Amino acid sequence: MSAPGFASVLRMTIAKDLRMEWRSKDAINSMLFFSLLVVVIFSFSFDPTAETSREIAGGLIWVSFLFAAVVALNQTWARELRSQALDAFRVSPAPVNSLFLAKALGNMVFVTVLECLMAPLFTIFYNLRALGNWKLLPLIAVLGTWALVVNGTFFAAMSIRTRIRETLLPLILFPISLPALLAMVNGTAAVLTGDNSPIIWIKLLAVYDVVFTTVCLMLFGTIINAE
Amino acid sequence: MKPAFTIAALAALALLGFSTWQGLYVAPTDALQGDVQRVFYYHVPCAWVAGLCFFFNFCASVWFLFRRNQAVDAFALASAEVGVVFCTIVLITGPLWARPVWGIWWTWDPRLTSTFVLWLIYVSYLILRKFATGGQGAVLGAALSIFGFVDVPIVYFSIRIFRTQHPQPVIAGGENSGMEIHMLHAFLWNLLAFTILGLVIVWARYIVQRVDQAVDDAHKAAALRQGGAA
Repeated sequence: MSAPGFASVLRMTIAKDLRMEWRSKDAINSMLFFSLLVVVIFSFSFDPTAETSREIAGGLIWVSFLFAAVVALNQTWARELRSQALDAFRVSPAPVNSLFLAKALGNMVFVTVLECLMAPLFTIFYNLRALGNWKLLPLIAVLGTWALVVNGTFFAAMSIRTRIRETLLPLILFPISLPALLAMVNGTAAVLTGDNSPIIWIKLLAVYDVVFTTVCLMLFGTIINAE
Repeated sequence: MKPAFTIAALAALALLGFSTWQGLYVAPTDALQGDVQRVFYYHVPCAWVAGLCFFFNFCASVWFLFRRNQAVDAFALASAEVGVVFCTIVLITGPLWARPVWGIWWTWDPRLTSTFVLWLIYVSYLILRKFATGGQGAVLGAALSIFGFVDVPIVYFSIRIFRTQHPQPVIAGGENSGMEIHMLHAFLWNLLAFTILGLVIVWARYIVQRVDQAVDDAHKAAALRQGGAA
């Protein structure tokens, strides 16, 4: 029997994960509810409809997505531990990076869906209106989300193998993600306030994405086979 | 204890004594800042040692991923721990100086913020090492160390843009450009003393870690023997 190809493993893993999520809706429901709570809690600490809140809205939106994304990231590998699916994968001749990319792309879909659902709510609740070029927002969102999920998927595979499992993920993911978060928050704030150009932040995010996607793909085989 | 280690440790102590005397008594008092400027002789060498340790950690991690040598892993862990300790000293001595000179303990200036983020990254490395069980801790740690090291230039760069876009309020003081010759001597002596001190501590920590690994291996071997007998 020949080894399964890169594309077929990728396609089948994504299809399987999306189907599981579609039937259970575990991750997306928890993420949505969590983000909603963040919206409400932040509204206690300042007046969200004031003009000045536009400056901090970028930070709020990304903090809520970041924390919500951890929910999806953590269950990425947890469901593969049941019935030793991950061990079965490791002994199979399937290319490991196809599994990693499939998981990362799956998480990308989950978090993007969350963002698409939450963005209108944020706009309404916080009375947001982009004073800059709003067309750049989707670009910042895509680059930023990929920065979070590519590292997040990788670090989730690491934290699942430790003693404290899920608890570890934010502790190792957030420090490494700080430059990406800085770029996302400032890029978004630049578009919302229209004060300065977000282009430099978009470039930074693009560089971050390229660098860390490369590092993840280089090291994933090592991590998954660590004994 | 190996004689080489004892000699190195004694040399570090002697140098540290000499450089402390240089820093406290020989170097003249700064005309503007007064005695508080002397923290400079400890602050900067500690930052240098921290950077050196993190660099060692990265090199050892890459080497480990290729060779899977336990000794290299012990060195990686030892240098990361010592690096975090020295980085903590930098983060403590910095505000001690900033308070009288700048008037505030902390400011989110690029260098301070970057150092703080660097500290966070390596603390997260230590947390991972603490909770990763068995032999995989070394592999996972080595991978995270590479992530951390790749991240450092991006952190510095991104925070630089962040702060140049939003200029800081003008802060009185700052480092004097050019140094009086006795100050320079005191500084260089301290740099040497702290470098040797850092290396000696890494060495000591490395010895302890090797013992730890040997004990672990012995436990594993004993468990295997018992399993075989049962």
